[in-house]
Amino acid sequence: MNMEEILEKYDTTKLEQVNFWFKAASVKDFPIDGGACVKYKDRQIAVFNFARLNKWYACQNICPHKMEMVLSRGMIGDDKGIPKVACPLHKKTFSLEDGENLNGDLTPIATFPVKIENNFVYIGFSE
Amino acid sequence: MKTILVIGNGMVGYKFCEKFVTREEKDNFKLIVFGEEPRPAYDRVHLSEFFSNQDAKALEMAPAAWYSQNNIELIVDERVTDINRTEKTITTVKDREFAYDYLVMATGSSPFVPPIKGVEKEGVFVYRTIEDLEGMLAYAAKIKAVNPNAKAAVLGGGLLGLEAGKAVMDMGLEPHIVEFAPKLMPRQLDSRSSKVLQLKLESIGLTIHLSKATNQILGDDKIVGMEFGEDDHLDVDMLIISAGIRPRDELGRAAGLDVGVRGGVVVDNAMKTSDHNIYAIGEIALYNQMIYGLVAPGYDMAEVAVNQIIGNTDVVMDKEIDMSTKLKLIGVDVASFGEPFMPASKGHSIIFENKTQHLYKRINVSLDGKKLLGGILIGEAADYSMLHQIYLNSMPIPQDPAQLILPVGDGGAVFGDVMDLPDEAQVCSCESVSKGQICGAIESGAATDLTGVVACTKAGTGCGGCKPMVKDLTEATLKSLGIEVNDHICEHFDFNRQELYSLIQVKEYQTFNEVLDNHGNGGHGCEICKPVIASLMASINADTANKEYAIQDSNDRFLANIQRNGTYSVVPRVPGGEITPDKLIALGVIAKKYDLYTKITGGVRVDLFGATLNQLPLIWKDLIGHGFESGHAYGKSLRTVKTCVGSTWCRYGMDESVSFGIQLENRYRGIRAPHKIKGGVSGCIRECAEARGKDFGLIAVEGGWNLYVGGNGGANPRHAELLAEQIDNETVIKYLDRYLMFYMRTAKPLQRTAAWQERLEGGMDYLKEVIIDDTLDIVADLEKEMQTLVNKFECEWTQAINNPEMMKRFSHFVNNEEEDDNLVFVPMREQKMPEPWTS
Repeated sequence: MNMEEILEKYDTTKLEQVNFWFKAASVKDFPIDGGACVKYKDRQIAVFNFARLNKWYACQNICPHKMEMVLSRGMIGDDKGIPKVACPLHKKTFSLEDGENLNGDLTPIATFPVKIENNFVYIGFSE
Repeated sequence: MKTILVIGNGMVGYKFCEKFVTREEKDNFKLIVFGEEPRPAYDRVHLSEFFSNQDAKALEMAPAAWYSQNNIELIVDERVTDINRTEKTITTVKDREFAYDYLVMATGSSPFVPPIKGVEKEGVFVYRTIEDLEGMLAYAAKIKAVNPNAKAAVLGGGLLGLEAGKAVMDMGLEPHIVEFAPKLMPRQLDSRSSKVLQLKLESIGLTIHLSKATNQILGDDKIVGMEFGEDDHLDVDMLIISAGIRPRDELGRAAGLDVGVRGGVVVDNAMKTSDHNIYAIGEIALYNQMIYGLVAPGYDMAEVAVNQIIGNTDVVMDKEIDMSTKLKLIGVDVASFGEPFMPASKGHSIIFENKTQHLYKRINVSLDGKKLLGGILIGEAADYSMLHQIYLNSMPIPQDPAQLILPVGDGGAVFGDVMDLPDEAQVCSCESVSKGQICGAIESGAATDLTGVVACTKAGTGCGGCKPMVKDLTEATLKSLGIEVNDHICEHFDFNRQELYSLIQVKEYQTFNEVLDNHGNGGHGCEICKPVIASLMASINADTANKEYAIQDSNDRFLANIQRNGTYSVVPRVPGGEITPDKLIALGVIAKKYDLYTKITGGVRVDLFGATLNQLPLIWKDLIGHGFESGHAYGKSLRTVKTCVGSTWCRYGMDESVSFGIQLENRYRGIRAPHKIKGGVSGCIRECAEARGKDFGLIAVEGGWNLYVGGNGGANPRHAELLAEQIDNETVIKYLDRYLMFYMRTAKPLQRTAAWQERLEGGMDYLKEVIIDDTLDIVADLEKEMQTLVNKFECEWTQAINNPEMMKRFSHFVNNEEEDDNLVFVPMREQKMPEPWTS
């Protein structure tokens, strides 16, 4: 599959666009202040439990730099207050809020809404 | 509310939008943009990159979402076919009508196709759009399948033609450049520089044909060759035409706007056409009777048009337009500025030429030798930014102007300090950013570092040629403000590593959050401070990387080395390099079972590559079952202690280097330090273990061991220095405990022993005083701390596979057991490797 086709699967979804909440996994399956990868159909979504902010974030698992499925394995933190994830391969950082590449000019990554209900993590998609 | 229609969504059309939405007045206007191509504006300047990565998205100026976010209506894939000036409307190819108050034409240009017989044949392309490139790629694949040595020619040896030549090389075809003029890049280069460029290009495999007028394209349906004259032809399987551009002025022409004799819609210095509600910018605009085929003037025109429309009518285009340019063509620096060619009556030229290195530099100075008028640089254009600024600002030049281009040390000198530039000097011509704006961004506090300056000013985001100068200006301004570069580990802590070490040790912190909450700046950590604190806690408390795995660096987090495609490699410990045949067989069997690529490492261990996250625990269960333990190849910790075979077998050996090496490796295994640590033990002065290239090295001599410290290989090789001579095993261990612990306490993050030692005030003498004479009265503590770490050692892989909670992380997906389906391996020398990266 070429990169275009892979990337086309990932479009930022805004909360108001969500028409389907995918029940991903139990809250306790995710590390505190870290991430794990969720598979939904043929998509890989990185989900982060940003416990220090008491917030959850989701984005594409593929890093647009070298197109590898690795972002969920990256460290999270903040860049002057902007929550971010750092790719484990070359430490390219992306805003978890809007997907912007914070330390370069790579294409932004797609982000998705997350909600927690009854201790389960749901990712929002618009289908 | 008034409506602005922009026809054309190329680089200049996009730039108009980008500049427009930054203005407060934007809310008084509705902006609609029409593009005839199927995708939003992309970076045509870097089009040839599409051939190396085929990633159209990477070329995008902004994603489609950007337009809607900024309330711009973007209509792609719909060409505008008509302008009705009396009604003030336009019509599109889909027969839709839109009304305007202001119309901005940014339709750009199209490639000029000379009327050569046979030019319509299959296999003849122009070089302009991503669709053109896709067509070429498909055709190239087809002809390569028939003939792996297929050839392609580019018609035109100008700037774009050479770019297209690069594209041909990237497609794997034999590249030929055919130029009508007797030299390459006839508009920018003189004959001598063109010759140097030609030599360079030929040396990397291009064939250049000059002074060739193409009479016809040969072949029945598809191209098989080009004919230049009688008995003069070239066999080619594909042709790319790059013979110049023609403005896309047909809409303007049909609407009755004034156009030039050779094309282009005439504009005044406000970018207005002969109809004052219609503007033209970019390669369609004929200004000063010239079409400007460069990005920078196009962007300036966009700026003028935006200002004119919102009412800043005093912003107009400069009379003189700087056509200076610097590019990398097929990896070769090419730059020209000011007046590249100059008649002898106007000034003198100084030329430096070195054909053996494909270098050419020419500068033109005024007759009185006081002003720089222009120049050409081939092969090496590092001086371009400075020379260009000297030219633009008429800055004084050295008495001997040759110094400007001679190599430093050859009579040349580093001339010109960036801070001498006047504030109005334009540093970034793509984005029109002046020196004053760059320095001002820091002086006003809007930016505090290079990243901030680039974000505030956009300097360096166009062609990137000015980046070195932007960096110099940033650093010089910071320095002039007395801002010291501190050694705080990152924005989240106002402490350096050594200070944090003491804090964690004294307050006995156990978690990252405790340290951050008590001593941080209120943030939430990052990829810099998290691993530093993880390492400090390991150095102080002997914590393994299992304890708080989410703060560990990429490799430590999964106790394995992450490789190019996101899979991991596994290195079990083989202390001193001694291994039984059974264990060696076990490694082979396990590697085979999981289909791993196997290689002996530089540190004489066996590395098993290509393990997926899900496989790691399975592999380790097998390895541990055969008596192996973690080799910590993933950690900033002790790697190997390399040994020669020593007196147990060697007829020259003075001592048992293998036995001692194993003892040392087992003593310091698993200990986390600021950086990795390697050791070596040699049984005699022949030094077969290369111990002096290690962080600590021992060489057996008459009467004991010589102990060396602070060596390494890598980018900056260093020989270890002698710390003590002829000492026995116990003393070696005592001194090493002290040395390593002192290093772990005081070094900076990611500082190897060599760099740390070099920067110690007082050097080796001081180090000997601390370690041997105990002048700081700390050695008892150092030894005690090290002994605690040694006693607490635990193999973290054994720990992990016996703890279900720790094991949870070794799964690619949290919601199923599948593997990453994105992985592709290709065969290599009877093993496998990850598919090469394409970006």
